[in-house]
Amino acid sequence: MGMKVYMDYAATTPVDPRVLKVMRPYFSKKFGNTMSLHSFGREAKKALEDSREKIAKVINANPSEIIFTSGATESNNLALKGVAFANKKKGKHLIVSSIEHHCVLDSARWLEKQGFEITYLKVDKHGLVNLAELEDSIREDTILVSVMHANNEIGTIEPIKEVGKICREKGVYFHTDVAQSFGKIPIDVKKMNIDLLTASSHKIYGPKGVGFLFIREGVEIEPLLHGGGHEFGLRSSTVNVAGIVGFAEAAEIARKEMKREAERLTKLRRKLERGVLKIKNSHLNGHPIKRLPNISNFWFDFIEGEALVMYLDQKGIAASTGSACSSESLEPSHVLLAIGLKPHQAQGSLRLSIGRFTTKKEVDWVLKVLPEVVERLRKISPFKGKWS
Amino acid sequence: MRKEFLPYSKEIIRHFKHPKGLGRIKNPSAIGKAGNIICGDVLWCYIKVGKNKRGEEIIKDVRMEVFGCIVAIGISSLLTRMVKGKTIEEILELTKDDILKKTGPLPPIKVHCSILALDALHEAIYNYLVKKKRKIPEKLRKVHERVVNTLKEIEKRHEEFLKLEEKLR
Repeated sequence: MGMKVYMDYAATTPVDPRVLKVMRPYFSKKFGNTMSLHSFGREAKKALEDSREKIAKVINANPSEIIFTSGATESNNLALKGVAFANKKKGKHLIVSSIEHHCVLDSARWLEKQGFEITYLKVDKHGLVNLAELEDSIREDTILVSVMHANNEIGTIEPIKEVGKICREKGVYFHTDVAQSFGKIPIDVKKMNIDLLTASSHKIYGPKGVGFLFIREGVEIEPLLHGGGHEFGLRSSTVNVAGIVGFAEAAEIARKEMKREAERLTKLRRKLERGVLKIKNSHLNGHPIKRLPNISNFWFDFIEGEALVMYLDQKGIAASTGSACSSESLEPSHVLLAIGLKPHQAQGSLRLSIGRFTTKKEVDWVLKVLPEVVERLRKISPFKGKWS
Repeated sequence: MRKEFLPYSKEIIRHFKHPKGLGRIKNPSAIGKAGNIICGDVLWCYIKVGKNKRGEEIIKDVRMEVFGCIVAIGISSLLTRMVKGKTIEEILELTKDDILKKTGPLPPIKVHCSILALDALHEAIYNYLVKKKRKIPEKLRKVHERVVNTLKEIEKRHEEFLKLEEKLR
C-alpha cells in the first residue's frame, strides 16, 4: 500500500513529541499527589499551578479561573448543569445553538427533563447563529447562553465576541465551547466577554483525557464531582498531573506557533478545496471565509459517506463523514441538517481536517485518490447525474 | 482493517472491498427498486431471465446498483453471487436469514440492509412476471405490497417530520 494520510485532526491529534517529553517524568518519577504535604506532593502541586498559568495565558484569563477536567465533554456538562443548578433562583431558561457538540445538546436535553427550558438557536446555511434571534430569545429568566466558537464538523467560526457582548449587556452568563478553535485562532475571554469556556487537550497535540473549564471569577456554579475538594472545590478527583503538564505544554506550543501555523494550514486547506471541488457535483459545506484553517467539509451527490470513508481508508486515507449509515442512530449529522442539507445530501458528506503534520505531498495524494474513489462509488450508484 | 469497522463480518468486508455484480445490465428483463433516499440506502436490482437445460426460467444475470453504506454494498455483492443461475422459484423462497447465514452476524441496525437487497431482487421478479402477464404468487404479491407501503410510510413520516420541524422553528 502507498502512503498513510491522516486527515481527521478534528477528531483527535497525535501527541507532539515535545509534549510527550515533558510529560514523561510525571508518570513514575514525579508521581506525587497534589494534595500531599511532602516534597512529592509539593512538586506535583507546582507542576499543576505552572500548567494553570500557561493555559490561562492562552485565553487571557487569571490562573485561578482555570479548572482542569477530564476533557471537553466533562467541561461542557459542568458548565451547563453546574450553572443551571446554581442559578435556579434566577431562572430556568438556557439558550444553546442547534449545532453544538452532542455533549452540549445532550446536557441541555437532560436539563429539560429536570424542568429547565431550552431554546435551540437556528443557524443559517453557513452555520452562523443569528444575533437578532439570540437577542430576542433572551428572557428575564435566562441564565445561560452557550454558543460554540468553531463548529467541529464544518469549521464555521461563530461571532462569539458579539454573542458575549449581548449576553453581558443582558446580564446572562455566556459559555462557549472552543474545543476546535483553542490554540488555532486567538481567544481572549476578557475582550470577548466570556464567562465560561471549554477546551480540550487531545485536539491540540496533547494527551487524551484532559480538558479545562474556564470559569470567570464570580460566576455561580455547582460542581458535578464532590469529594476531596480539588480544583477549588469545583472538581474533586486526584489530579491528572502528567496529562495536565502535557496539555499546558501543548497549549504553549500552539500559542507560540499559532499565527504561522494558521497561515500554513489555510494555504494547504485552500489547495485541498480547490482540488476537491473540481470533482463534478461536489459542494463545500460551512462558511466560505469565516472558517477554521484546518477543517473542510464537502458533500458529493449520489454516493454515501460511510462507503466513501472506508474506500479511502483502503487507500490509506483517514477521514470522516456525517452520513447516517456511520452513526449509531442511523440519523445524519444534526449539523448538516441544521445548515439545510437534505438527508440524502448529508449522506454523501466528507470531512477532511488537516493539522500540524499534514504536508503538501499528502494533500496531493488525497487529490489523486479521492476523485477515483468518488467515481468508483458513482459507477455503482443507481443515481446517474440526477436524483430520480 | 481498522478496529472501528470490526462490527462488520469478514464476509461483508470481503465483498465490500472487492464487490461483484454491481452496476447495470443493458436491456434487462426487469428492474426492481427498494429503499428511499429519505431514509438512506437505495438499491436497484437488474435481472436478465433465461432458461436452463430443463426449460425452467433462471436468473441468467443479475446486477445491483447501490446508494448506500458498507453493509448495503457488501450484501448486494454477495446476493448477486448467491442467486445467479438459480430458478425463479428458488429465489422466491430466499429469506433474509439465508443471507444472514452467509454474511455472519450484522449489527442489529444494519439487518435492514439485507431485507432491502432481497426486496429489490424480489421486486425485479415481480416486475418481470407482471411484464410477462404471468400469475403473481401470493407470497410475492405480499412482498410487493410491503415494499410499496414502506415507501409510502417513509414519505408520510418524512412529511410529518418536516411539518414538525417547521412548527418548532
